[in-house]
Amino acid sequence: MAVTVRLQAEPFDPGAETNAFLTDTEGMGAAVTFTGLVRSTPGDPVQSLTLEHYPDLAQKQIERFAEQAIKRFELRNIIVIHRFGRMLPGEPIVQVMALAAHRQAAFDGANFVMDWLKTDAPFWKKEETSEGQNWVEARAADDAAKEKWRK
Amino acid sequence: MKVLYFAWLRERLNRGEETVSPPAEVTTVADLMDWMASADEGFALAFEKRDLIKVALDSEIVDHDASLDGAETVAFFPPMTGG
Repeated sequence: MAVTVRLQAEPFDPGAETNAFLTDTEGMGAAVTFTGLVRSTPGDPVQSLTLEHYPDLAQKQIERFAEQAIKRFELRNIIVIHRFGRMLPGEPIVQVMALAAHRQAAFDGANFVMDWLKTDAPFWKKEETSEGQNWVEARAADDAAKEKWRK
Repeated sequence: MKVLYFAWLRERLNRGEETVSPPAEVTTVADLMDWMASADEGFALAFEKRDLIKVALDSEIVDHDASLDGAETVAFFPPMTGG
């Protein structure tokens, strides 16, 4: 199976996942790994992030984007890991790994999947700060990022 | 028909799911929202900004004018913020 999508509450080890991904690369010349992390900054301190999701639809949507990426960029395979539930600053939220013959395809494939996932996979982030909890608002920039692939 | 709510819609409505039996004249997602809003003030309030609400029928994202024909589960949710 060229596409693997794992939705899980447990933390994952980004390095270990990458190494496992790199054990089957015969004939391929490029592997790209993107890891999204829970961000907290002095100007915008976040104590935790809780992700709600719609499991059936999330699995289906991400598989769909990954399959499109495989066809469009001629990738060998894609693995997407996405967490749900509560997580702390610095912890990984998501990891996308793409394997291809050449680098541009691998970069584009991972980028394509992430851009679609941000706006079209049913996850919702809730931030906890010292002032309470609030739902993160969708960003117009994320919609714009996705639109650039509609060619 | 099962109805699911996620994120702030779920919180505002104080429920994650419910079962509804709309009358025959309710044929589209938009009709369903109108019908539910007319029966429930809380729903009307939560769904005030209709344009923001995303919809999935049986785990397929659809537009508000989609037909409900044969759908078993409708999910309502705000814009997605994953990744």
